[in-house]
Amino acid sequence: MISLEEGGFAIFLVLLAFACLIVAGKTFDQVMAFHAGIGALVAAVSVFVIFKKYFDDGGEPIPQEIGGKPNYNFGPVKFGSVAAMFWGLAGFTVGLVIALQLAFPALNFDLPWTNFGRLRPLHTSAVIFAFGGNVLLATSMYVVQRTSRARMPGKILPWFVIVGYNVFIVIAGTGYLLGATQSKEYAEPEWYADLWLTIVWVCYLLLFLGTLWKRKEPHIYVANWFYLAFIVTIAMLHIVNNLTIPVSVYSTKSYIVWSGVQDAMVQWWYGHNAVGFFLTAGFLAIMYYFIPKRADRPVYSYRLSIVHFWALIFIYIWAGPHHLHYTALPQWASTLGATFSIILWMPSWGGMINGLMTLSGAWDKLRTDPVLRMMVVSVAFYGMSTFEGPLMSLRSVNSLSHYTDWTIGHVHSGALGWVGYISFGALYCLIPWLWNRKGLYSLKLVNWHFWLSTLGIVLYITSMWVSGIMQGLMWRAYDQLGFLEYSFVETVEAMHPFYIIRALGGALFLLGAVIMAYNLWMTVRHGEAEEAEATPAGSLAPAE
Amino acid sequence: MNETYTAVAAFAQTWGLIYFMILFGVVLAYALWPKNRKKFDDAAKIPFRED
Repeated sequence: MISLEEGGFAIFLVLLAFACLIVAGKTFDQVMAFHAGIGALVAAVSVFVIFKKYFDDGGEPIPQEIGGKPNYNFGPVKFGSVAAMFWGLAGFTVGLVIALQLAFPALNFDLPWTNFGRLRPLHTSAVIFAFGGNVLLATSMYVVQRTSRARMPGKILPWFVIVGYNVFIVIAGTGYLLGATQSKEYAEPEWYADLWLTIVWVCYLLLFLGTLWKRKEPHIYVANWFYLAFIVTIAMLHIVNNLTIPVSVYSTKSYIVWSGVQDAMVQWWYGHNAVGFFLTAGFLAIMYYFIPKRADRPVYSYRLSIVHFWALIFIYIWAGPHHLHYTALPQWASTLGATFSIILWMPSWGGMINGLMTLSGAWDKLRTDPVLRMMVVSVAFYGMSTFEGPLMSLRSVNSLSHYTDWTIGHVHSGALGWVGYISFGALYCLIPWLWNRKGLYSLKLVNWHFWLSTLGIVLYITSMWVSGIMQGLMWRAYDQLGFLEYSFVETVEAMHPFYIIRALGGALFLLGAVIMAYNLWMTVRHGEAEEAEATPAGSLAPAE
Repeated sequence: MNETYTAVAAFAQTWGLIYFMILFGVVLAYALWPKNRKKFDDAAKIPFRED
């Protein structure tokens, strides 16, 4: 007998396929026709797969335990890990392309699809939502199962979440290239993509809660609290920030219900909490599971982690208005945002100390284990960028830093250093675990990845600091008669060398990721072909 | 309009502050309560249960 879950998903997807077909047939909007076509195709194939699976396994229910041990569902986790690596390479490559476009505008090729304005959201969404999102989905599904000692509920549900999320990524990314955007930062996808993501995300929440509900472990481990905060808050932010009314169901275009400064405020309430709950809370969950696992010792202070959690989530949500200094937003609101940003120093550094001190008594492992080193450097970058951020949120500093490359440098010290490295570390741990390998194919290659990308990050953020501060100072320079000293294009000219250095940094970071992809591929394909537990002396000695 | 703002601001600056302080106090007490110590030390070992 087919289960309610299988039948329900099949009916839903059949209806969706027909709805997409109707839209694709009736619309005059070519992008909508293309996206509806993708929707119809994916939905139809999914229905086929559901029934094929059902007939293949004869409708037997999946055992929850095998031999007294939980029968974990790692298929979707594997899918998410591979997708993360794929999207990571894509996103870093597009990042390098747009960095080069800024230095050499001819690389825009005078084509609409390759224009900086379309590629830039492709880059940000690819690295944050496609790479970061798949890392979060994969690790959260892994961690919640292992720390609850229970299998994820459902047969179709986990696959619906991970595949549905990646379909959203494809719709969003191709939409940008074809010119469909609602022009909201980090929330560019149009209304139908947003609606689809809402459905997927609610299913993700149910899946996560369902696993917690089934748990054999009485206590909910701290990483799961961070994942839960990430899932719940992103749901809330996504819905409020994307309350749009489409022109028609046959059109990609929509209009937001918020107007004027309220729209700006909602945008940055969303935008900053995308940083706070997607790029911070979610990855802190990774820190709280993977660093203890890799260092083979429990977190430094579990009690600090509890205070860290509650303080972080209650404070972060208020910091958004600091993006709107010197705008139509009332001054008290942006002051409030800056005040909460300063208060955030406490939980941020509390969490950083908790992560770093987990290694106390095991610091020697940094010499031999480049994966652990990557994660520890990640936490150090977290400390650095969460120190810099509140500083930049102050009105006086912001008047120099805002709209300049300093912001770009700040974002990338957090994105490449913190989010990138903790994700790389987690994937380096996860891939051998998932595919039952003793260890990685080569720790030497991890070492290469580490040093190349670290050099890349350093080049990136230092060049952006210099470029940004120079840019800000040139904008505010007056001559003795009270005229602006520099025209805009003079500042652009002055920044040219730094754009080249930044592109070089990005290239090194991408190169490191390519090495990583090769290493992980070889780990899966060739198991323990080279079981390098410790790097041989003399080869690539780490900093001592 | 202005009075609404003043009223909301006054409420936030007093009761909002007290609410946050109490909440923070509760979290601190929960985390640091001596009786909970064993529970948390135990919880920190959850990732290693199956190794």
